[in-house]
Amino acid sequence: MNQEEQVKLLGLWGSPFSKRVEMVLKLKGIPYEYIEEDVYGNKSPMLLKYNPIHKKVPVLIHGDRSIAESLVIVEYIEDTWKTSEPILPQDPYERAMARFWAKYVDDKVILALWKACWGPETEREKMVDEASEDLQCLEKELGDKQFFGGETIGFVDIAADFIGYWLGLVQEASGVTIMTAEKFPKLQRWSEDFVANSFIKEALPPKQKLVALFKTKFGSAKSK
Amino acid sequence: MGDEVILLDYWPSMFGMRTRIALEEKNVKFDYKEQDLWNKSSILLEMNPVHKKIPVLIHNGKPICESLIQIEYIDEVWPGKNPFLPSDPYQRAQAKFWGDFIDNKVYGPTRLIWGAKGEEQEAGKKEFIEMLRTLEAELGDKVYFGGETFGYVDIALIGFYSWFEAYEKFRNFSVEEECPKLIAWGKRCVKRESVVKSLPDSEKITKFLPQLREKIGIE
Repeated sequence: MNQEEQVKLLGLWGSPFSKRVEMVLKLKGIPYEYIEEDVYGNKSPMLLKYNPIHKKVPVLIHGDRSIAESLVIVEYIEDTWKTSEPILPQDPYERAMARFWAKYVDDKVILALWKACWGPETEREKMVDEASEDLQCLEKELGDKQFFGGETIGFVDIAADFIGYWLGLVQEASGVTIMTAEKFPKLQRWSEDFVANSFIKEALPPKQKLVALFKTKFGSAKSK
Repeated sequence: MGDEVILLDYWPSMFGMRTRIALEEKNVKFDYKEQDLWNKSSILLEMNPVHKKIPVLIHNGKPICESLIQIEYIDEVWPGKNPFLPSDPYQRAQAKFWGDFIDNKVYGPTRLIWGAKGEEQEAGKKEFIEMLRTLEAELGDKVYFGGETFGYVDIALIGFYSWFEAYEKFRNFSVEEECPKLIAWGKRCVKRESVVKSLPDSEKITKFLPQLREKIGIE
């Protein structure tokens, strides 16, 4: 598999998981063809062929081979295109730490935040508390670093893209506030630096469109 | 080089088994410390404050958590002997995809099989068999998931093999009937010294299961 073979990405415009891959492709200057998938409506034959197990996006197609699961794709890109802008550190321990925090965001934090914003009123307080605790862990881990990756955007920053951009909009759409500048000054500052990066900015979906989508798709379920 | 390697673990954990196997495969000497999950030790809480779970690998005082991450770490720190992950990026990605699949799709149903009641248990069993069939299709006619050599995906899955007998007795089914190739694979794996040293007897797990249900407060 060589770098010159064509790269295609099956994605969803509003998905932070899909966007993780686009951010990395842009950061590394890798040209690709983007194909929007109607995941909730009509899954394309291409999607069913290239991700038969999960039938989800993102899926990266390189030549005629496909890779699924956003963080697996990010590591694949890292391994295949050895350009400048490494996303993962060289040291095995630091790599393990990066993978640990990315997994933490993926398995725990995003779900906790989502449930806190869109879950039932009766559970609201408890879920907000849980999500806040999770964010505190990240706030502590970030510390005084500019990015989770240090001086440049790294694996954990990419994994945490939901927190960097989507969370603010979900809070706006749902009316539930978990992350504020007062409670999480470091994460707040980090999110501003994250979205200010030109390659990241280029990948981000438009704010108003996302807020409208959230309100329509999830807002009605809330008012019970 | 004086490496100090400690593993905080719990004997029936199929996740802990992964790390034991990985260390044994690389001939790394380690200090196994059995943990009481209902009375968590200060070392566990200190070394895994985020999740407070096992297994925790402590290498020269520094903790690494999450079993799949530990397998990769061990492979990177002690390269050369029996690499667990292929060097080709695409093959690596495939291995990681399947590791992720096992964690996200196989564990959940098994938890229902022994940890739930009635209909949920049956649903768990059905889902479990379906996931095993998917894995069996991926294995195909290969000796191991990685091909000729024992690797990442094999290590990720083999711990569950020691629990098969317990699942079978609980829900009255036979994994061998449903997935004969997978059982054949399991039998190949348990011939390896690293696996023999790391997996408890299936009988021990089957006997232990009712106690576990009680501890968790299911009955």
